[in-house]
Amino acid sequence: MFKIISANSIRKGFSALVVVTLTTLLSFTAHAADPIKIGAVAPKTGPLAGGAAVTQWPNIELWVKEVNARGGLKLKDGQRMLELIEYDDKTNPGEHIKAVQRLATQDKVDFIVAPYGTGFNIAAAPIYAKYGYPQIAVSAISDKMDELTARYPSLFFTLGTTTAFVNGVKDILAGMRDSGKIGNKIAMVNVADAFGIELAEAARPIFKDAGFDIVYDKSYPLGTPDLSPVVKGAKAAAPDAFVAWSYPPDTFGLTEQAIIEDLQVGAYYTAVATCFPAFGQKFGSKIDGVFGAGGVNPDTEEMQAYFKRHKEMTGKDADYWASANTYVSLQILEQAIEGVGDVDREAVTQYIKDNSFDTIMGEIKFDNQISHKFWTVGQWQDGVFRGVASSNMDGVAEIKEKSGWN
Amino acid sequence: MKSADIRALVTAVVCIVLAALVPFVFNGYWLSIALTAMMYIALSTSWALFSGPTHYISLASGAFFGVGGYLVATGMSDYNQSFWLMMFVAAIAATVLAGLIGLATLRLSGVYFVIFTLGLAEMIRNLVSWVQNNFLGSRGLYVLTDFTEAHIYWMLLTVASAVFIFGWLVERSRLGFALKIIGNDETVARHVGINTAWTKVVLFMSTGFFAALVGAIIAPRYSYIEPNLVFSPELSFLVVIMALLGGTHRLWGPLLGVIPFTLIWEAISIWIPNFTTLFLGIAFLTIVYFVPNGFVGLLEKTRGSRGVKAGS
Repeated sequence: MFKIISANSIRKGFSALVVVTLTTLLSFTAHAADPIKIGAVAPKTGPLAGGAAVTQWPNIELWVKEVNARGGLKLKDGQRMLELIEYDDKTNPGEHIKAVQRLATQDKVDFIVAPYGTGFNIAAAPIYAKYGYPQIAVSAISDKMDELTARYPSLFFTLGTTTAFVNGVKDILAGMRDSGKIGNKIAMVNVADAFGIELAEAARPIFKDAGFDIVYDKSYPLGTPDLSPVVKGAKAAAPDAFVAWSYPPDTFGLTEQAIIEDLQVGAYYTAVATCFPAFGQKFGSKIDGVFGAGGVNPDTEEMQAYFKRHKEMTGKDADYWASANTYVSLQILEQAIEGVGDVDREAVTQYIKDNSFDTIMGEIKFDNQISHKFWTVGQWQDGVFRGVASSNMDGVAEIKEKSGWN
Repeated sequence: MKSADIRALVTAVVCIVLAALVPFVFNGYWLSIALTAMMYIALSTSWALFSGPTHYISLASGAFFGVGGYLVATGMSDYNQSFWLMMFVAAIAATVLAGLIGLATLRLSGVYFVIFTLGLAEMIRNLVSWVQNNFLGSRGLYVLTDFTEAHIYWMLLTVASAVFIFGWLVERSRLGFALKIIGNDETVARHVGINTAWTKVVLFMSTGFFAALVGAIIAPRYSYIEPNLVFSPELSFLVVIMALLGGTHRLWGPLLGVIPFTLIWEAISIWIPNFTTLFLGIAFLTIVYFVPNGFVGLLEKTRGSRGVKAGS
């Protein structure tokens, strides 16, 4: 008797549940102006969280706010707002893949913002391809782009290759040497981790072929707290130029030591994070003339408006490199969706391949899914980090001579 | 005894067949959760085979896992070797490594061993970076294959099944018996003529072998391998916590820990993403204070007390 009652009540409860689920499903499909669901997976914790907090997350926030303030994206059947669903990948590729799967199959998002970091863009590429999401990668630098884009038809690259970055530095140094500003001797150091090793490997033959003499070539482990021996060693070799293939913490550490040791070189270069506003704020006028990876042309109306909006809407300063590229990738996505007039992912991907886009960095178009328009070297000039070497960018600034560390 | 064995065998076969059918029923999200669970089932069960009876807490899973993933990536990316060959090489290399480490450290008593294994993953990661920096040069290691998540899941299922078979065989062997005696009292074990060092080393090598195999299989899923990503200390801790949560004195114990843990971990990642580390801590405290013998221990206790009531 008892058993029968409980079985009945369970059945009743279950059918109530079914009714509720069905009504919610129906109410969802009934509205025409449902928001367009945008997914985003990037680190909020773990080693890459700091970089993502500067370059990735604020731009997503800015873009979604801007589009919604305008009333949404204009599609064939009217305007639709954006709804953002974000997950933390904990800087772990396994977690990242799981989160993208969740966005694709549970949340059923219409589009996904490409991941942050080279490894994550490549790890996620198979799933983006499987579900046909266009993946406009920004923070991903690789020398294998051709193979990757051939393999994943919805993957796009926008920030350049390892070799392009090294060549940018080489061109700057060669130009300075040929005009008699510096001599022939380079001191080169690198962080002994993936990207640092890769850049140093690529740089050795390129510098030598350009006729440079590498008088000091040392590496230091990731997370080394005391970088004074590295800088002292470089100074002892009496170089004309100092090049460091560095990561954010050591970019700050090396520069601090260079100031303390008063490293006198005609050209001083540190790689990742030299373009961060925090770098300029920390060292002020001392780093005037310092070179670093990336760059922007801050003089165009579009870029000035972008920096202003970024600060207003997110409360943070954009960096002088990939922030703009990240925002550009979202502009491309936006224009492609509006161009198609629908959330048809396949059509949007094709639209990105076939069209050029009007962005804050000028006109961008893809050649075999790769954009060849990017900055490679920038220089701090009077408190602004200006692009001084690029691939196909307009507004390359003149190099400024470095005069000590004042 | 015989019939119990047969029943266990049938249950195991049914479970494996059901697990093998998962990719046909679920796709996408749930499959990727199943894949994560399967990975930890293989790792935790293999871990428990050594650490359960001997009470030596090994935090080396991350190191062996990393060796597996890293060797597969280097072989495929830099030397154009096939995935299968590199998987084999990686497993053998990790086994040899585990053997060397075991010989050097398993004479140490418990605490020192824990600390050593904790440092191991970090040490190997630095070693790999050093070798790359000075000899190989890094070009970013790509593991590009045509494996889908279903393929990787099935490979992991195969490894997990192999771990269970291995565990089942060990339990019924002289080796397993020797391990139990060592766990209870190592001095007694030595006095009755057991080669304690060798016994421990052999089992430790098996955990190295299986962890490297899992790391090798996961590499194609990550597609791009950096030392920082594969030599993760977090993995070592997760393996230990899941195994202890399930219970290490039964072969199927870790299984009972992995499944609920993976699901709760996922739920927390979605609802309160910044609390996963807190959850890890709470899980550890729960184990120590409330379920020292894991879910298996609880299960056996409730079953035992019910048995007593029925008798009285």
